[in-house]
Amino acid sequence: MTVKVIIPTPLRAYAGKQESVELQANTVAEALNGLTLRFGDLKKHLYSDDGKLRSFVNVYVNDEDIRYLQKDQTQIRDGDIVSIVPSIAGGARN
Amino acid sequence: MATKPEISANPGPASAPVSLSKEEILRYSRHLIMPEVGMDGQLKLKQAKVLCIGTGGLGAPLGLYLAAAGVGRIGLVDFDTVDSTNLQRQILFGTKDVGRPKIAAASDRLRDLNPDIQIDTFETHLSSENALEILKDYDIIVDGTDNFPTRYLVNDASVLLGKPNVYGSIFRFEGQVTVFGYPDGPCYRCLYPEPPPPGLVPSCAEGGVLGVLPGIVGSIQAAETLKLIIGAGEPLVGRLLLFDALAMRFRELKLRKNPDCPLCGTNPTNTKLIDYAEFCGIRGEEAPAPQTSVPEITPRELKARLDRGDDLYILDVREPHEYQICNLGGQLIPLGDLSKRVNELDSSREIVAHCRSGKRSAEAVEFLQRAGFRKILNLKGGILAWSDDVDPSVPKY
Repeated sequence: MTVKVIIPTPLRAYAGKQESVELQANTVAEALNGLTLRFGDLKKHLYSDDGKLRSFVNVYVNDEDIRYLQKDQTQIRDGDIVSIVPSIAGGARN
Repeated sequence: MATKPEISANPGPASAPVSLSKEEILRYSRHLIMPEVGMDGQLKLKQAKVLCIGTGGLGAPLGLYLAAAGVGRIGLVDFDTVDSTNLQRQILFGTKDVGRPKIAAASDRLRDLNPDIQIDTFETHLSSENALEILKDYDIIVDGTDNFPTRYLVNDASVLLGKPNVYGSIFRFEGQVTVFGYPDGPCYRCLYPEPPPPGLVPSCAEGGVLGVLPGIVGSIQAAETLKLIIGAGEPLVGRLLLFDALAMRFRELKLRKNPDCPLCGTNPTNTKLIDYAEFCGIRGEEAPAPQTSVPEITPRELKARLDRGDDLYILDVREPHEYQICNLGGQLIPLGDLSKRVNELDSSREIVAHCRSGKRSAEAVEFLQRAGFRKILNLKGGILAWSDDVDPSVPKY
């Protein structure tokens, strides 16, 4: 299945500055795996050391949060859009 | 799903029936002639009490539109002073306000806009100690803050007090807006159970914000606030609105209440406010600085050595667009490209790495040390300190 993964602004720096990436995948796990294979730097931003999706990064298939579907085993259909939506806080400079 | 609550204005014990003066009727005539607001809605606005947390980029349009719309009582919380970098987006302030407390400048501006409303000012850091006390008198809380600890604090305090929290957040040219804390609706912790650890939030290299972005996001927050007060339309509850100003596209995602949410779920375990700096992994004044161990050189030492004619290789690890703003004539290799371009560096020469503030270049020094470089120093305080201590003609940004 061809799926479009939308990369959020804060993570574009780790994904070749691209806004979205098209991949072949049957599940969310496959799509994210394909993405991190292509962009190795993304991995630590998406997954914690124990391999779990980070709790400040949400993933949606179309407009539905995968936490309320089958998590990363959620099936993808042709033309689905996978969105990565991390928390953003605002302009405070550290 | 979520039932629409009546936002109680909770008038004082001996309050007379609320009405509008002749002047107010004229001022609000464009609301009054619209059935969705009308006299009933305008009187609800007059009796409403809204607390704006932050008077910066989001708080500016928010405060202006709430005051202009006739929200009877507006609380403002901020501890900051106006500086010139704020003026690119914080449209509450003018050049004459630089150096003034934001609270003072904001309340002057809002009182000028609408002298008939009450402005309450809280010139303080919102904290676990004062939040419940400050929030309790208001009907609606609007989150216009710029950092994770305060966002979790505002969320938790709003949920504990049972008040809606109109949330907006921005990054560069993207924004998120929703309404949390609505009866049966989700809260911020349902969306994001935990904040990112400090090391993983994008550094100042990727920071910045398109000036108009908070204007748009803050205005959406204002619209949602006014709708909650007058009870009109569909509140932005259970929906996360994403806005991308570059693509000029809005998207909407479903936002569900998490039954396991520790704050608002079926069996909540968080029943009081916590230490939010600790929760967000921040200790003390600043984020922990693991880079303190890297060898450093101060701007003055660097200047002296360059004047002496020492053979130093200046490595600038900022981004190309930052190099255009100002530079020290160094070789530009952005931190993100360093691993690929490390072969361009000569490990036999002494290298001084710098960035804007010294944070990214400390990471670069650590990386290069691991890669076997021995003669490598970090410019302490970066180009900002260079401007302060050596060459004030170098602009700061």
